[in-house]
Amino acid sequence: MTRNFLKTAGAAAALFVLAALPLAGQARAQETIKVGILHSLSGTMAISETTLKDVMLMLIEDQNKKGGLLGKKLEPVVVDPASNWPLFAEKARELISKQKVDAVFGCWTSVSRKSVLPVFRELNSVLFYPVQYEGEESERNVFYTGAAPNQQAIPAVDYLAKEEKVTRWVLAGTDYVYPRTTNKILEAYLKSKGVKAEDIMINYTPFGHSDWQTIVADIKRFGSQGKRTAVVSTINGDANVPFYKELGNQGVSAKDIPVVAFSVGEEELAGLDTKPLLGHLAAWNYFMSVDTPENKAFIAKWKSFIKNDKRVTNDPMEAHVIGFNMWVEAVKKAGTTNADKVIDAIVGVKVPNLTGGISEMLPNHHITKPVLIGEVRADGQFDVVWKTPGLVAGDAWSKELDGSKDLVADWVKLKCGNYNTKTNRCGG
Amino acid sequence: MPVFRARLAALFLAIGALLLAGSASAQTPGYEQALKGFAEDSFSDTDAAITGVAISGHALAARVIGALQDGRLLFDPAEKKIYLREPPGLLDAATGKPVAGDPPAGLKAVRINNRLRRTIDAALGGLSLLGPDPNRRFEAAQSVFKSRDANALVALDVAIGKEAVPRVKKAMLEARAAIVVTKQGATELEQLEAIAVIRERSDLDARALLGGGLPSGLSANVQQAAADAIAAIDQYLARWRMLQNLWYGISLGSVLLLAAIGLAITFGVMGVINMAHGEMVMLGAYTTFVVQEAIRGYAPGMFDYSLAIAIPAAFVVAGLVGIAIERGVIRFLYGRPLETLLATWGISLILQQAVRTMFGPNNREVGTPAFMSGVVDIGGLAITLNRFWIIIFAGIVFVALLAALRYTTLGLHMRAVTQNRRMASAMAINTGRIDALTFGLGSGIAGLAGVALSQIDNVSPNLGQSYIIDSFLVVVFGGVGNLWGTLVGALTLGVANKFLEPYAGAVLGKIALLVLVILFIQKRPRGLFALKGRAVEA
Repeated sequence: MTRNFLKTAGAAAALFVLAALPLAGQARAQETIKVGILHSLSGTMAISETTLKDVMLMLIEDQNKKGGLLGKKLEPVVVDPASNWPLFAEKARELISKQKVDAVFGCWTSVSRKSVLPVFRELNSVLFYPVQYEGEESERNVFYTGAAPNQQAIPAVDYLAKEEKVTRWVLAGTDYVYPRTTNKILEAYLKSKGVKAEDIMINYTPFGHSDWQTIVADIKRFGSQGKRTAVVSTINGDANVPFYKELGNQGVSAKDIPVVAFSVGEEELAGLDTKPLLGHLAAWNYFMSVDTPENKAFIAKWKSFIKNDKRVTNDPMEAHVIGFNMWVEAVKKAGTTNADKVIDAIVGVKVPNLTGGISEMLPNHHITKPVLIGEVRADGQFDVVWKTPGLVAGDAWSKELDGSKDLVADWVKLKCGNYNTKTNRCGG
Repeated sequence: MPVFRARLAALFLAIGALLLAGSASAQTPGYEQALKGFAEDSFSDTDAAITGVAISGHALAARVIGALQDGRLLFDPAEKKIYLREPPGLLDAATGKPVAGDPPAGLKAVRINNRLRRTIDAALGGLSLLGPDPNRRFEAAQSVFKSRDANALVALDVAIGKEAVPRVKKAMLEARAAIVVTKQGATELEQLEAIAVIRERSDLDARALLGGGLPSGLSANVQQAAADAIAAIDQYLARWRMLQNLWYGISLGSVLLLAAIGLAITFGVMGVINMAHGEMVMLGAYTTFVVQEAIRGYAPGMFDYSLAIAIPAAFVVAGLVGIAIERGVIRFLYGRPLETLLATWGISLILQQAVRTMFGPNNREVGTPAFMSGVVDIGGLAITLNRFWIIIFAGIVFVALLAALRYTTLGLHMRAVTQNRRMASAMAINTGRIDALTFGLGSGIAGLAGVALSQIDNVSPNLGQSYIIDSFLVVVFGGVGNLWGTLVGALTLGVANKFLEPYAGAVLGKIALLVLVILFIQKRPRGLFALKGRAVEA
């Protein structure tokens, strides 16, 4: 009897909920603009991506305090793709078709971005991608707010060659698409500058590599041939801590063989004793130590939002700040959140970045950014030792690679992401 | 650099003159003038200021440059005044007097970059060749060897004449040789002698000097001697490299052994496919972090003992969690390997996410005690101290575990239960309790591995995942149920990996090793040391 009653009650409740859900959904959809946040909150990438989820929540809260957008409140929709690449595509589909979000901010690794591309193309939505990447891509539905190789890798190599008089290069990276492409670009670039093949050593290691003894010894030996040597590191994620620990242990100091890293920022250094690393370098478009009023305000806001005075800020966070503000401006300009209108409106939108400049969205869906070189300080922050005089425009297609130097991306005039200037045709 | 050299020339001449005159009266021409350069917040002005201060011969020069190196040199952007931060307070760098009252607002540290660090090293090298501390003198000689500044020759000759410590004297003679062979106007005989001294040094720095640091226009004889020396050094280093690879292999093997030995108990002896083993390692590492945080907070002086405190703590924490897992989940699943595998994998995800929620997803910083930092050179062999202690620790854990299984009552009961459960039960052994304790022991040892791994790897929620596959590989390869097999398996895999890596690279090396192990398992399915007799059926 009781069981039957429970069953009936349960069924009734379920029916009621089912009936009520779509109504509630419709009612709310009219009041709010939904913003999707597609960052891993569990699994291996949670270490980097959780922070980006938090910064998006902060930006949305902030925008709502300013009165929302188009007279409506913004509503964040957070999903967890759990560092699982196919799940990224599923979650993206869920955000766009089920939750009806108007824009998505997310992804970290290139493979996760590649896995969601078909979804964004098919369902015609917009994605803001905040991480430095290997380039060689321009999609109508994606906006790349992180650095392309010419906004990070090439200026860093130029700095070392000019200021540190480096003539011998170790290109060390984790074995996947970003380091491989970046190193290919760098190798071509260095050779075009007259560096001989024997003065370039390329080394790849698996994800999460933890025993660096042999490789650090190899680097030491490579660096003891009488020419000034530097390491260009595209080593990713967890492998960095044991790498730097081994460098410190074997006594490789930045005075002898400096390491310039493209994936090591304030967050990564937070897990490390930085004293043996003094003077090693990183190239980014933003450092927490940059002394501008915009940055100070941002850091203060971040610390009070996250309720922890020790938390740091980093480059991909700034990229989300720029991307979010650009999207807000574009929506205001278009007067709607409709994806096609926003994609047309956002090119040319200019918003201040946190390092004192004004970044602009370019027709190739990349943005203009300054390039900064920082040296590791004892407190885990970076000292900016060099900065490009102006902002650098992001290249979707590298000018250094044979396969891509004839390609241009222009979504305004050419309506094409890979227009071949030799054959005058769209499609590579 | 030439400007810098010219300035440094004056410095060394000044030092030389000072020493020869035997007088300590410090003249201060231009000291205060040079000091002002630090307030400009530009690297080139700071560079000029360092040399200016160094050549001034002022009594505070070495302290100011030392403070700059450590980031304790501050400037007031408004007043353009320079201060030294030396415990307990602030000093005015111009006068050396303590600053009375509150420090001025808006003080900033003078920034340095790599180029300036080299300038500082060269300046301090010259200034501290005659210092009281032999280690500092040794370092000074090394930095002169690297800077090869001809102007340091005067100071160096004085220092060599006075030096009593053989090790330091040798370094100074090598530094002198490095200068002689690179400076203008040395005779051929002097150059040949210098090359002989550098050849005797036979390390990477000597190789670098002879390989690319020599000036052009040397006579054919000298060039021939240099080429011979390079070949000899290369040959010498290549011979040591074999030994170095062996050391790397043993070091990697010891890490594998530590990670796998707990699994050799839970999987090898008990037969539980424990996918949460890596998370026990992670818990051990986080325990180390918590212990260190507590020590940093309450007793900073005890920091060098933090690992000694963390070892029992990690054992207890991981062991208790292990017992809880065994009592709560695994005991219902004995004899059902597939369910055990899935359940323990689920537990591993739960533990990871729990740690992520409690400590955050970021890496945590675990410090290295002073005695575990640095490197010791023995001939051409570089032994990093943290790896050295991990090898010792792995050995101790292994021996202790063997002894516990062999000589304690608990060990006897464990062996009895795993060999013949029903018979053991009939002998009034509480098999349930022994199961829990055995699992706890295996987990506790994994926790010990975590303490060691916190010294060389990330302390993050993913720590365990990177070791679980390797651990199973070692246990299966070595022979399930045999601790000696685990030892030999770990060392074999470690050494093989390190000898493959230089030829195949890290990625291919690992793949090649996996293929070899698969082939080996095909041939000998029970691993290196197969259990024989009735134990196999148990």
